[in-house]
Amino acid sequence: MTDLLNVSYDTQIPNNVGLSSDKKVLKALERWHPGYINWWNDLIPKNFQDSLIYLRTAVSVDPKGWTKFDYVKMPEYRWGVLLAPQVEDRRIPCGENAGELAWQEVPGEYRSLLRRLIVIQGDTEPGSVEQQRFLGLTSPSLYDMRNLFQVNVEEGRHLWAMVYLLFKYFGRDGREEADDLLRRSSGSEEAPRMLGAFNEETPDWLSFFMFTYFTDRDGKMQLEALAQSGFDPLSRTCRFMLTEEAHHMFVGETGVGRTIQATVDAMNKAGITDPYDIDKIRSLGVIDLPTIQKKLNLHYTLSLDLFGNEVSTNAANAFNSGIKGRYMEMRIKDDHKLNNDKYPVRTVKDGAIVSEEVPALTAINMRLRDDYVRDAAGGVGRWNKLIAKSGVDFQLKIPHEGFHRQIGVFSSVAVDPDGNILSSEDWLEKSKDWLPTKADGDFIQSLMKPCFEVGKYASWIAPPKVGIDNKPGDFEYVKLHMA
Amino acid sequence: MSTVINFQTDPSKYRHWRVEYDGQVANLFMDVDENAGLFDGYQLKLNSYDLGVDIELSDIVQRMRFEHPEVKVVVMQSGNDKVFCAGANIRMLGGATHTHKVNFCKFTNETRNTYEAAEADSSQKYICAVRGACAGGGYELALACNYIMLTNDSNSSVALPEVPLLAVLPGTGGLTRVTDKRKVRRDRADIFCSIEEGVKGQRAKDWRLVDEVVANSKFDEAVQERAREFADASSKASGLTGIELTPLNRTFGKDGSVSYTAVEVEIDRASSRATITISGPDGDAPADMEAMQVMGADAYMLRVARELDDAIMHLRLNETELALLVFRTQGDAALVQAHEALLLDNQDHWLANEVLKFWKRVLKRVDMTSRTLIALVEHGSCFSGVFAELLWAADRSYMMEDEFEGDNRPMAAVTLSASNFGPMPMGNDLTRLETRFLGEPDAVAKAKACIGEALEAEAADELGLVTMILDDIDWEDEIRVFFEERASFSPDALTGMEANLRFAGPETMETRIFGRLTAWQNWIFQRPNAVGEKGALQRYGSGVRGEYNMERV
Ligand SMILES: [Fe+2]
Ligand SMILES: [Fe+2]
Repeated sequence: MTDLLNVSYDTQIPNNVGLSSDKKVLKALERWHPGYINWWNDLIPKNFQDSLIYLRTAVSVDPKGWTKFDYVKMPEYRWGVLLAPQVEDRRIPCGENAGELAWQEVPGEYRSLLRRLIVIQGDTEPGSVEQQRFLGLTSPSLYDMRNLFQVNVEEGRHLWAMVYLLFKYFGRDGREEADDLLRRSSGSEEAPRMLGAFNEETPDWLSFFMFTYFTDRDGKMQLEALAQSGFDPLSRTCRFMLTEEAHHMFVGETGVGRTIQATVDAMNKAGITDPYDIDKIRSLGVIDLPTIQKKLNLHYTLSLDLFGNEVSTNAANAFNSGIKGRYMEMRIKDDHKLNNDKYPVRTVKDGAIVSEEVPALTAINMRLRDDYVRDAAGGVGRWNKLIAKSGVDFQLKIPHEGFHRQIGVFSSVAVDPDGNILSSEDWLEKSKDWLPTKADGDFIQSLMKPCFEVGKYASWIAPPKVGIDNKPGDFEYVKLHMA
Repeated sequence: MSTVINFQTDPSKYRHWRVEYDGQVANLFMDVDENAGLFDGYQLKLNSYDLGVDIELSDIVQRMRFEHPEVKVVVMQSGNDKVFCAGANIRMLGGATHTHKVNFCKFTNETRNTYEAAEADSSQKYICAVRGACAGGGYELALACNYIMLTNDSNSSVALPEVPLLAVLPGTGGLTRVTDKRKVRRDRADIFCSIEEGVKGQRAKDWRLVDEVVANSKFDEAVQERAREFADASSKASGLTGIELTPLNRTFGKDGSVSYTAVEVEIDRASSRATITISGPDGDAPADMEAMQVMGADAYMLRVARELDDAIMHLRLNETELALLVFRTQGDAALVQAHEALLLDNQDHWLANEVLKFWKRVLKRVDMTSRTLIALVEHGSCFSGVFAELLWAADRSYMMEDEFEGDNRPMAAVTLSASNFGPMPMGNDLTRLETRFLGEPDAVAKAKACIGEALEAEAADELGLVTMILDDIDWEDEIRVFFEERASFSPDALTGMEANLRFAGPETMETRIFGRLTAWQNWIFQRPNAVGEKGALQRYGSGVRGEYNMERV
């Protein structure tokens, strides 16, 4: 019998899905493996590949004690296929099949819909690693470098998780899609990643932190929704991925928080009280708060675009068929079918932003985005507490949902961060105050100097309050190989 | 949907397309304005189209021929970087009456056929450059092009998702062109037509769904390169100058009548009948093609074709309750022959060729019009050459015999020309006379021997060119009774009967496209599985799947 809790290392691919007795899928995965390793090796600079990184590796899917920390060379990381334990008698939570036993095999009529969702999710995982490929070179500390690579290897594992589903349940089409996941590449002209935010650059570490805070949180919401899937293997996969995703957002939230901390500390030390005294603040080697706000604006809005159109047929189909649920579906008190329910959606009518009741089934994306907005507000509040505690008079704000949007109803209008509709000329004129300019980027870039000394941190970022795995901040998180 | 649909437009009014002319190559961009749908109640998202979008395309294709004969290759592409074209707008279809849907499909089919034939007819080759999703009617736009290129960005695909997604069929020849034109193996076609997401990359090429797959980074370049190659390889003369298709001179009467310069449409609602009268030329034929080119859109043969075409489209879409269309002509038959002869004698002149090819299309549009068509050959009429084709496009024709009391117009006569023996084929690729005389091919030869003769009633009857000849005593009554009888039949049964009887003879891709559309699509469009309250088309977008009655019919 397969041990479904502990990870089996009896094949090249760690797993808790009994791969050693599933020859067909094992063979397919082994055939895919070299392409994956090539992708990884081509991506991450060589000296980091040869370095020893203090990484956690999943050894069990038991919520208690599922990880083990140790020094690992990234190419030797045990990427594996890990599913949360099967819940007995699990039922389809929503849609027209609600209440029936969850599917253990792919229902034929939903095959292409399911495959599409898995491919889209799968496409984001390697996409972010590609976006972050050069950040190691400018890491502000070994601690941050470790966090970066931890996120990267886990995104790699998330790719594995999706690829496993494709191989196991989607036959030849699934194998082709798995190959294409390695063929597409972030920002590529040849074959870009499927979603816009994953083709944007992650040029500096503040972007990385904003990305892991805001964009990985979109990933979290999507995984939460897929974890509700009536297709049980997908649900179990996503449930386990969520435990890893939480760490990514932790990296983002603390990363931005530490950046803010360094700024306000430096300001206080220099006796600067005006947060808009930008030149002076920048001369201290830290990033001024208004620029941090601009970065927030950019990454937040790119992430909102990932939720797709507010009113969406595909999302309605996915919900109604029981393929994808809502955030916390099981805790929502309604009939989980939504056939007669309404949901308010903001839209643009005659030049004004108004709220409109639409059939709730078609507003599934909107609802998930609303949940996201609430979820994302928490960390921003905690950042503001840091600022308040320092005595600096400044507050970070989440911009209006219509600001700087490329997808959905707001893509056709120019909205400022407060939610006013402007002419495109006005908007463009003012956008330099709202979004990072080339000069802002150049300044941040000028701070991105590597700091590889054990226990040292770059000027623009404060040390963490606590280290990883209860290690101190001056622990040697990366044993750099400097050949 | 009671808006009057106007088929006349011009580039200054386009909302959904734009054309960039670059010498021998024209780049045609589809960039649909989602807020400019023809009717309320839907948005034209993702480059989806409605009749309004197609009217513009039809206008572009027509102007490409007449105004831009210098163009040898047209590159159809999307102006939207995310999607090529998502096909006909589903919400528009969901909200449209059955009549509108059928007429919409018919018109879009005619437009597809027109640019598909542009390569053979006018040496204007259409290339389709597909980037982004190209689904349903989007792929059908591509299928009607002469060459399809697909970018290999591991995302762009071609698809016909109608069956799995909407419980209907592709409405503009998709299935037929996949098997007949692209010759896709039928089991592969079966797979292709049952998967929503379609086929991308190399497989699309391997399965013959596209002609070429190109790396994304080289795609735009490859498309322009191919366009130049095709243009250079074209045998068409270079540097031709076009004529302007000036706005039609058209007025609507309160009673629904329409007046053009040489075409009049009278409406008799009580009798459920429209009478279309073509007047003969008001002057001599141009001396030569140069003179005709100077006259441009005012030249008689072109002007009548444009007016008749517009009248037919207007009657089809805006006058759906008229059962009978009656064709009449009045004028000098010798002048008609002279005007036509200039074209027939100069078929190697681009403009003569275009006008003749346009007449071919107008007559096909008449063939495809699902009303009872009647031609009346009265005294003073000029059913000569291409006008005589109307006699055989009609379901029945009646001709005046002998003198009528108090009628001093010239005796009714039919005159044949070379037009009746080749250049104006029907969709089945036979001439109307060949189709008419399928069982007696000698009759075609006999008629051909009479080219140029003014054939009066008895002779025309003898040759089988008209249904019935009637003298002064019988004429009025016979025709009245026929009209009344006809108007009393079920329009559905008549549409079916007439379509069956009109297209005798061999099947072609064109007859298959229209035949399959009528027989299958129209049936499916009526069935509850598609359009019922719980049908897939009605429910599309709601997230709730269609419920099907699983009985196989
Ligand atoms: Fe992930
Ligand atoms: Fe992540």
